[in-house]
Amino acid sequence: MTDATAGLQVKSISCTRGYRDLFSDLEFELSPRQVLRVEGKNGTGKTSLLRIMAGLAQPLEGEVLWQGRRINHPESEYFQDLLFIGHKAGIKYELSPIENLCMAKQLHGSKSDNGIEEALYQVGLYGFEDVPCAQLSAGQKRRVALAQLFLSSARCWILDEPYTSLDVAAVAMLESLFAEHINRGGSLVITSHQPVSVNAGEQFRLVLPSTQLEKCP
Amino acid sequence: MTPSTSSAFFALIRRDLMLSYRHRTELLNPLLFFVIVVTLFPLGTSPEKALLQTMAPGVIWVAALLAAMLSLDTLFKADYDDGTLEQLLLSPHSNSLLVLAKIISHWLVTGVPIILLAPLLGLFMFLPSEGIITLMLTLLLGTPILSLIGAIGMGLTLGLNRGGMLLSLLVLPLYIPVLIFSANAVDASLAGLSIKGQLYFLGALLALSVTLAPIATATALKISVE
Repeated sequence: MTDATAGLQVKSISCTRGYRDLFSDLEFELSPRQVLRVEGKNGTGKTSLLRIMAGLAQPLEGEVLWQGRRINHPESEYFQDLLFIGHKAGIKYELSPIENLCMAKQLHGSKSDNGIEEALYQVGLYGFEDVPCAQLSAGQKRRVALAQLFLSSARCWILDEPYTSLDVAAVAMLESLFAEHINRGGSLVITSHQPVSVNAGEQFRLVLPSTQLEKCP
Repeated sequence: MTPSTSSAFFALIRRDLMLSYRHRTELLNPLLFFVIVVTLFPLGTSPEKALLQTMAPGVIWVAALLAAMLSLDTLFKADYDDGTLEQLLLSPHSNSLLVLAKIISHWLVTGVPIILLAPLLGLFMFLPSEGIITLMLTLLLGTPILSLIGAIGMGLTLGLNRGGMLLSLLVLPLYIPVLIFSANAVDASLAGLSIKGQLYFLGALLALSVTLAPIATATALKISVE
């Protein structure tokens, strides 16, 4: 695969927290239609790795490339192609789900045609669209954040523990959405302490602090 | 600005105004502070007209400056805590423009009320009408500078646990030129002198901070979220 068409490339990155080395010389490549599950015990640097891949943190050494360009290069189109949902939900509790998603869609410059009502219906928040998010349960707040996935035209999804406080039905709904995303040519990076089964594309596994990518059957 | 960037810019201003409206009691704090400080001065010194008139420009401007600094806390803190700041920095739109949108809406809800309250406080302090007009002019040029410079300091101290002290150390020295030129302009107008020079200076400071502060703030925020 040539550099120009390659997806996300992680080039020998290292990361430390305080005086502790989390990982060093981590190197891999994630192409379209591939899923990467980042696993490891608490404190092994899963979130740090995801934040570096999303461009929110800088690695101590190395670089992250998107389609052959550094992700923070001025001409890089990475941030149009990226959707990152982290530990913090990134929603305003004072606003209703609709208001939150309107803002998120504007901010990401999403080109998706999916409507916001439709997305809320998909995540099972139909009937809650005008309720301030502060009055929703933890799982429902999470669903508001995850409704962004239905509105997204991004090709690379980076999700940090998306299953936190979700029920079984919501997890199943997410997994079918992931499969759809992969079949559309997207790629997915995900951390989870629960098993993740996406029935599409190629599956890889990275168990930190090991730096070897394993291909899953 | 591409169409989608400008629509994100205005959507962000609208969202922040809506949020401040839903938190309107929080906005009252700096304003009350502003009013209380100025009204307490005649009680603490003397209600003599000539004395109050000479002190008025300085007192009102110092109170406005401290009120502006008090209000800085609400600028990025909530966004930082709930993760919306991360999403803003990950947006494909220009981060400094989005930061500017946040500062503008912050100024609309903190700076503008100060400007509108100033004439009332000017009357308290026996300021004549030409002094009040100059006071409002200097506040109109000066309060946006306070918001813009304050945003840089807030961006830098955001990740710190007790950033308040550091924030005032960082920001106050940069506020001083605004204070000097503004209070001086009001004084000059009371003496019947031209205030063009001071206003030009404030205008230049405003132009400088409107162009540079959003860039510096966006960079500071990126460091803070790491």
